[in-house]
Amino acid sequence: MTTQTKTAAAPPKQDILDQYDAFRAGAASASDWLAPVREDAIARFREQGIPTQKWEDYRFTNLAPIARTKFRHASTYKQPDGIAEIAARMKFAKETAVELVFGNGRLMQTNGGEALPAGVIVMSLAEAMKSHTDLVKQHLAKVAKLDSAPMAALNTAFIEDGLFVYVPKGVHVEKPVHAIFVTDSGDGKAGAADSGAERLVSHPRTLIVLGESAEARVYETFTSRKGDAFWSNPVTEVVVGENARLEHLRFQDESGEAFHTGTIEATQGRSSWFTTYSFAFGCRITRNDVNLALLGEGIESDLDGLYIGADEQLIDHHTFVYHREPNCESREFYKGILGDKATGVFSGKILVHQKAQKTDAKQTNRNLLLSDSANVHTKPQLEIFADDVKCTHGATIGQIDANSLFYLKTRGIDEVTARSLLIYAFAGEVVERVSFPPMRERLQNLLYDRLPNGDELRGLGE
Amino acid sequence: MLSIKNLHASVEGNEILKGINLEAKAGEVHAIMGPNGSGKSTLAQVLAGHEDYEVTEGSVTYLGKDLLELGADDRACEGIFLAFQYPVEIPGVSTSYFLKAAVNSVRRYRKEEELDAVQFLTLAKEKMKALDMDPSFLHRSVNEGFSGGEKKKNEIFQMAVLDPKLAILDETDSGLDIDALRVVADGVNSLRSPDRTMIVVTHYQRLLDYIVPDFVHVLSEGKIVKSGDKNLAHQLEDEGYSWLRSHAEAR
Repeated sequence: MTTQTKTAAAPPKQDILDQYDAFRAGAASASDWLAPVREDAIARFREQGIPTQKWEDYRFTNLAPIARTKFRHASTYKQPDGIAEIAARMKFAKETAVELVFGNGRLMQTNGGEALPAGVIVMSLAEAMKSHTDLVKQHLAKVAKLDSAPMAALNTAFIEDGLFVYVPKGVHVEKPVHAIFVTDSGDGKAGAADSGAERLVSHPRTLIVLGESAEARVYETFTSRKGDAFWSNPVTEVVVGENARLEHLRFQDESGEAFHTGTIEATQGRSSWFTTYSFAFGCRITRNDVNLALLGEGIESDLDGLYIGADEQLIDHHTFVYHREPNCESREFYKGILGDKATGVFSGKILVHQKAQKTDAKQTNRNLLLSDSANVHTKPQLEIFADDVKCTHGATIGQIDANSLFYLKTRGIDEVTARSLLIYAFAGEVVERVSFPPMRERLQNLLYDRLPNGDELRGLGE
Repeated sequence: MLSIKNLHASVEGNEILKGINLEAKAGEVHAIMGPNGSGKSTLAQVLAGHEDYEVTEGSVTYLGKDLLELGADDRACEGIFLAFQYPVEIPGVSTSYFLKAAVNSVRRYRKEEELDAVQFLTLAKEKMKALDMDPSFLHRSVNEGFSGGEKKKNEIFQMAVLDPKLAILDETDSGLDIDALRVVADGVNSLRSPDRTMIVVTHYQRLLDYIVPDFVHVLSEGKIVKSGDKNLAHQLEDEGYSWLRSHAEAR
């Protein structure tokens, strides 16, 4: 979907290519129709390899630690016992959400599915490929583009399981669907991922399809135990039908030793509304690509994100919004908080087709730096071929506002608490947009956990 | 209550306050007037503990304590309140959240029991009612999207809740229309008490028709050049600040 200027050939990941044949042989019987898709995808990955910093879209994102680590596909691991326990921490109260737990990319538990309205399908993708083959076939790997997207290509080559959500025409799913993806190599003290040992790689795949005028909320949580070292490489494909409404959210809080490369590929039909949140709180390297194509008139889209990095974490978001038709509105609102030696990257590309008149595209990226060694690279890219459009972008990189700090102190609030309160507020602006209160509370609690004097602030919110 | 002696303060090497002397007792209202750049706001900021200002000489004693030794937060806990000329917007923090943090921080400092959510809400609503404020204010982010009048009202509301011993009002009147001014002034007047000292910094005499001071001090080029009773404000109104120049030259 993104155009790539001449890319330097990156070394293909031989360890992964070596495993592909064995994987394909095992997966072949389940879905014959997928074989050519896999073949195409692995060929694309072979051509592209792991991107180097010579790629414009990876200029600030050094994936060398992924390139030099040897990975083994999750399906060859024995499922560790701890997955249910790790997942339990991320579950919502019973009967508030429909929940599925995936361990290393494969379905392990489902709860609450019986309460879904007639015609709605929420199940594992592996099962759906068998029981709803035509429906899956119609959309799977049709949305995600593999050009200049080696990570998505790799995921596609290894499609095995993940979340499948289908909401038929006119149906409103009241409860959020919540998929908890636990990655667990069974080694809680793994140390640095690239220390030479072999690591687990998992490629969960999510497909969400909303029919005309359907409504739903789908949340994806990515979690792990602390200190585990692995690579999760999920792809979520989304088809939002005409006049449909979807709130999608990705919440990522994985080990500080892990790698996470995530892709969201979505298309929207006429008069639909789609919002996708990215809450990225973990990992040594996080790279999220969010690609959205607005394929009808009167579409509204919101892309919101919050990334929080500490230590030497790298968190990169690349968004791409394609306005193909007239009278659509897209709004991007990404905020970052970076401490220690963390790095944040935001690149937002907006492409407005010649006939997409009256496009209203707005992009905002705000960053808060908590230390002198933290840094941010932010880059808007507007390519506008229509003449009657409104496209605005704004990026800020700043520190905690001294005036605000003074104001709080003159009200008797000590410096540490005042700083925490301002950081919380900065983050809160994104968190409070989430419609499901238990999800909001989870995110708020996570912020309190991380902030100095956070417990004191937690008490105030009650 | 407050004793300022020969106070000198600079910002980035420029001396703004050049020897301020002021004594204020409990229950008194002191107005500080003066033209732009005379140092009025600087005095307010220095008393509140702004770190951009460096005190180079002199002393400030507040209730027997060396005020300059204390940070801004401790000063607030000791009972000093500054109503800002330009109240700061804090997106993402609701007024109730912010004020509850402040009240309980002050109460902890004073070794008083913290207020729970219900007690705080009762207190806040009572003070809002007195200021004719809509309770929905509590749920809005601090000052965000507030009109000029609402911001100033919010300052007085905070002052009412925090119940300071020394209140410093920095140009609380500027930018207000007459109706908003009346409401704000009524709020301030309702907080006048024999235990509380107020320092009202203003550019315009108009405010002093509503908040009638016990003393008026005229500040010029970092010094108090004239002090008197409320009639001094009227003299300034009639003659403007231009006489200050001749006054300064005459010295």
